[in-house]
Amino acid sequence: MTDIQQGGDTATTMTEDAQGQPALEVSDLHVEFRTRDGVATVLNGVSYHVDPGETLAVLGESGSGKSVTAQTVMGILDSPPGFVTGGEVRYQGENLLTATESRRVAVRGEEVAMIFQDSLSALNPVFTVGFQIEEQFRIRRGMSRKDARKRAVELLDLVKIPNPQSRVTQYPHEFSGGMRQRAMIAMSLALDPEVLIADEPTTALDVTVQAQIMDLLGELQRERNMALILITHDLGVVADVADRIAVMYAGRIVESGDVYSLYRNPAHPYTLALLESIPRLDVRGQELNTIKGLPPNLMRIPEGCPFNPRCTRAEDRCRTEMPELHQLGEGRASRCHFASELINNG
Amino acid sequence: MAEPILQVTDLVKHFPVRQGVLFKHIVGQVKAVDGVSFELNEGETLGVVGESGCGKSTLAQVLMRLEEPTSGSAVFQGKDMFSLRGKDFKALRRDMQIILQDPYTSLNPRMTVGDIVGEPFEIHPEVAPKGSREQKVRELLDVVGLSPEHLNRYPHQFSGGQRQRIGIARALALRPKVIICDEPVSALDVSIQAQVMNLLGDLQKEFGLSYVFIAHDLSVVRHLCDRVAVMYLGKIAEIGTEDQIYEHPTHPYTQALLSAVPVPDPTLRGHREVIRLTGDVPSPMDPPSGCRFRTRCWKAQDICAQETPALEVRAGGHLSACHFAEEKPEVIAG
Repeated sequence: MTDIQQGGDTATTMTEDAQGQPALEVSDLHVEFRTRDGVATVLNGVSYHVDPGETLAVLGESGSGKSVTAQTVMGILDSPPGFVTGGEVRYQGENLLTATESRRVAVRGEEVAMIFQDSLSALNPVFTVGFQIEEQFRIRRGMSRKDARKRAVELLDLVKIPNPQSRVTQYPHEFSGGMRQRAMIAMSLALDPEVLIADEPTTALDVTVQAQIMDLLGELQRERNMALILITHDLGVVADVADRIAVMYAGRIVESGDVYSLYRNPAHPYTLALLESIPRLDVRGQELNTIKGLPPNLMRIPEGCPFNPRCTRAEDRCRTEMPELHQLGEGRASRCHFASELINNG
Repeated sequence: MAEPILQVTDLVKHFPVRQGVLFKHIVGQVKAVDGVSFELNEGETLGVVGESGCGKSTLAQVLMRLEEPTSGSAVFQGKDMFSLRGKDFKALRRDMQIILQDPYTSLNPRMTVGDIVGEPFEIHPEVAPKGSREQKVRELLDVVGLSPEHLNRYPHQFSGGQRQRIGIARALALRPKVIICDEPVSALDVSIQAQVMNLLGDLQKEFGLSYVFIAHDLSVVRHLCDRVAVMYLGKIAEIGTEDQIYEHPTHPYTQALLSAVPVPDPTLRGHREVIRLTGDVPSPMDPPSGCRFRTRCWKAQDICAQETPALEVRAGGHLSACHFAEEKPEVIAG
């Protein structure tokens, strides 16, 4: 099994909610993938937390580790090749990584639930949508088929699927992409979780449908005072819904803070470059700023700051010395040697 | 203004839907492209946007003659593209190339980069005699920002963005006049997307290319395109210059589409008016009568069900296919 180290950096305690503990807290999480070609350090000390009713956006490109973090939290990391080599995942104070498997099963879905990006492959094609929702009530709640069916119809109605009575008997392929994603949301909410992790919930959808789904998620979150962790690469969606943001790069959180100040005044060159490299609908085209190079190979993460080969500000120090997480006040933090300069110049 | 380099008139592509095991019979038609007309001028980029299933990729395939059209015509440099056969057809292929969406499936994993980029020369040896091919391929790799040393590598040794550059190099090999770009950046990461978009812009200037740029991302299209066509269920809903479509859209679908795009600026949260469309896109097998958007349109009236609105110049001074076309102030906030 996994070897759990205690302690580590306590980056998340800085923004600890005054009124109580966060709904979910990840601290100093380390995960590596042991493959035939070598060991890839996929997570290298990830820490974040999310409070009840809050939306935390985890922003990053492919390979940054945002989905692996979520999989570790859910306890669905494929192992092998993935191994947790350190850190904690605390749900209401309880470390899930040292919990028994039966306890983990109890938490999954019941306390912490997840929505996946690709609803077509996340749903089982040979069972009806209704059956897949009812399963949870029958197994977890010991309900009869009839009662479970009633609850499933209610849930489909809750996520605004028209004609839930007839839809409940249909198979996933009979649903459109947007409706499947609604069904996934219904399924994840069935057992009233406290924390919902949404992994790229709208990436496969068209913009008009994306707007519907994000609205629905926000509405349900408010009603239930649920904590939402939104994993995405879309800076537009984040600006629309997030309270706080954690930006990931090469298995680390490089910057975190509340959405307004982070967009206004990024304190990490990577965040700044990302914001400048996206085409915007409300700004007419001129040459886009690009980030040169590629994200690093996780088997050979550059020494010093992992972003240094692509960074326009990099100096000698960045090539040798890993920047600490600088606390910048008001819940902002950045893992850049020049964080305080960047934030003051903004 | 000079003659358009490509003029498409009333293009139709229907796919028959068959049923039955032994005696297959046609039970319906998927009307993927249903009467599309536009022109492409030399050196310009025409964006084609729409949601999945609107027919934009089928349009690309028909324009490349990877699919034969059901009806309609396309005149490319004064010649009717769809009636060309043999030698003339081969010449057409030289002048028109395509860049595909998925850089992982559009490159043969068993061929080296040199072979992939050099393959067009096998079919068109007149462009590069055998001895000069390797040199040409090296130049092409250099043009798209790859190291010419990578000639002997295989696609799997490259990242997504680099593979897309390989695809671009292959499309450029024959020095085409028109390149159809079918979602060329949608499979790429944000930081890589900008690199490829800038590359496409630079190549256009350098080689005087005309692009038909097909994408679902309205921000990307605005960034790259001179003129934009908005498609819905196989038809063009609205077409105009970048400014007309983004600043003064008159078709309700365009307005809804634009308003739904999230803008990366949290201060606009709650200040943006988002037009909420209900429901999904209807099936292209059985599109609504009259205006195809009417089932999701908030302006729909009886006439919309009875009469198909023509794509003609309406309010705003550009082509729009809506009976009630009118400008709406401040569709994009900011």
